[in-house]
Amino acid sequence: MEEDNMAKRESTFLNMFLALFAVTFIAAFTLGFVYELTKDAIDNSKIKAQNEAISKILPEFDRLGDPLKVPDESGSDTLEFFPAYKNDKFVGVAVKTFSKKGFSGFISIMAGIDNSGNFSGYQVLEHAETPGLGSKMESWFSNTEKSGQCIIGKNPGSHQFVVTKDGGDIDAITASTISSRAFLDALVKAYNVYKEKENEISGITGE
Amino acid sequence: MKSPVLPGNNLDVMDHWKNFSKGFIKENPVFVLLLGMCPTLGVTSSAINGLGMGLATTFVLLMSNIVVSLIKNLIPDKVRIPSFIVIIATFVTVVQLIMEAYVPALYESLGLFIPLIVVNCIVLGRAEAFASKNKIFSSALDGLGIGLGFCFALVLLGGIRELLGSGKIFDITVYPESYVTLLFVLAPGAFIVLGYLIAVINLINKEKGKK
Amino acid sequence: MNYFVIILGAILVNNIVLMQFLGICPFLGVSKRLSTAVGMTGAVAFVMVLATIATYLIQVFILNPLGLAFLQTIAFILVIASLVQLVEIILKKVSPALYQALGIFLPLITTNCAILGVAILTIQKEFNLVEGVIFAASNAVGFGLALTIFAGIREHLDMQNVPKGLKGTPIALITAGILAMAFMGFSGLV
Repeated sequence: MEEDNMAKRESTFLNMFLALFAVTFIAAFTLGFVYELTKDAIDNSKIKAQNEAISKILPEFDRLGDPLKVPDESGSDTLEFFPAYKNDKFVGVAVKTFSKKGFSGFISIMAGIDNSGNFSGYQVLEHAETPGLGSKMESWFSNTEKSGQCIIGKNPGSHQFVVTKDGGDIDAITASTISSRAFLDALVKAYNVYKEKENEISGITGE
Repeated sequence: MKSPVLPGNNLDVMDHWKNFSKGFIKENPVFVLLLGMCPTLGVTSSAINGLGMGLATTFVLLMSNIVVSLIKNLIPDKVRIPSFIVIIATFVTVVQLIMEAYVPALYESLGLFIPLIVVNCIVLGRAEAFASKNKIFSSALDGLGIGLGFCFALVLLGGIRELLGSGKIFDITVYPESYVTLLFVLAPGAFIVLGYLIAVINLINKEKGKK
Repeated sequence: MNYFVIILGAILVNNIVLMQFLGICPFLGVSKRLSTAVGMTGAVAFVMVLATIATYLIQVFILNPLGLAFLQTIAFILVIASLVQLVEIILKKVSPALYQALGIFLPLITTNCAILGVAILTIQKEFNLVEGVIFAASNAVGFGLALTIFAGIREHLDMQNVPKGLKGTPIALITAGILAMAFMGFSGLV
């Protein structure tokens, strides 16, 4: 081993103070610099992820209106609405909705509702369910070949958005009834709030 | 043993190689030293998560080892540990910011375990036990070696769990999902697979010791 | 009701050790005897609650107003490290008996990721101070629960005929896996 023999600084109060001060000062300076450097990229990547999710779930649009925050029935949480327009005509709205009834609690979903009031798509944004279930949710309820489990083109007015096990019209994901209930809960919540505020939301042209 | 060409005179080459390679099996931080268990168990539900975590930790280890070795004589003994912690925390935050900016998806899935690199005993352990006593070059090799050893352990564990639990490796499907044992990507699977892996590594090290 | 969900969630459903994988080092390290497990739990509970309060105040009154949230990691670990030192010094003076019981565990706590983890989670979950304290205390109980059960099992394991290759850490980890399986039964509870 190559032991260094240079003398260490003694642990006097002044030395300790200076050393710690210098270390923290340089650390803070470095971090401030890196923060400035990455700040824009971080903001952009968040917005990009959100816009990507929205564009996947709505009919074609060319412009998004200002987001609108609406409190849910309990009043303690909010849903976020992103109205979308094509040639200044309202084509649908993306709703950032959620459910707290998941197997492990919170599930966040971005759901698209088109201008005739049907679901046009959805993206699972956040969940703490069993690993892999997020991607399963993504494909299960959007599988247009299996009408029993697909929610695209339906709405809670035309179909009962409850799993078949509980007497509804939607087939639950195999072996994941609780997560499926939570998923539908989030969608119904989005739909109900949308119906309540329909005129307000579709009426905004953002101009 | 084969030695790759490394800077330094011939006598040193073996030493350098040893500093670098010990982290893989012989002194593997996870399998042998049993350090850094929280991220090891927490993020290895897939090989890619293991790789991301391993590389992030390697970066922090390498940089903190270099800096600690660089300033070891400027820091009085009594404030050694707090200074090391500040240095490590700085690099952890750098990694955190960079990952959030450029690989947001990976950042999301590793979540809490990124800031927790700061309390990973491996990092502080190497700073205290090696970098504070050795020259820059050996310290850098030590950091890199141990870091890659950690990475190796995480990818191995993540790969096995992903293969058994979701039938994929690095997100490429190997066999159909209907045959998977979901348990392995859940919490109990982490403990069980690591337990058996350690048993196997123990066996390998024992066999090597006999020779 | 809300508090009840936090408590049950932290102790059983998302048990900090068995489900979140925080504090694994002490979980494996000091779980060979029941008595040390209890001592460690006491020390962790004490520091976890104090650290959560301290870091919460720092986040809300210093980092957030100044827009310095990115300094969270560095600020929190420094606070926790100094807090542990402070607790050690004060405990030594004020209550030598308690110091005797918890003292040897305190230095280990700075690098216990459960403490920093709970402090960060409290901020991430947007708890207020009261919820944060309850969350921290429940997590400490969860930590203690997992640790004592595990220590109890390991004491018995010593006398069992374990296959040679699995002796020591491997069998401990597999036991922890089975314990985690048992805790999975609580999921969906809240």
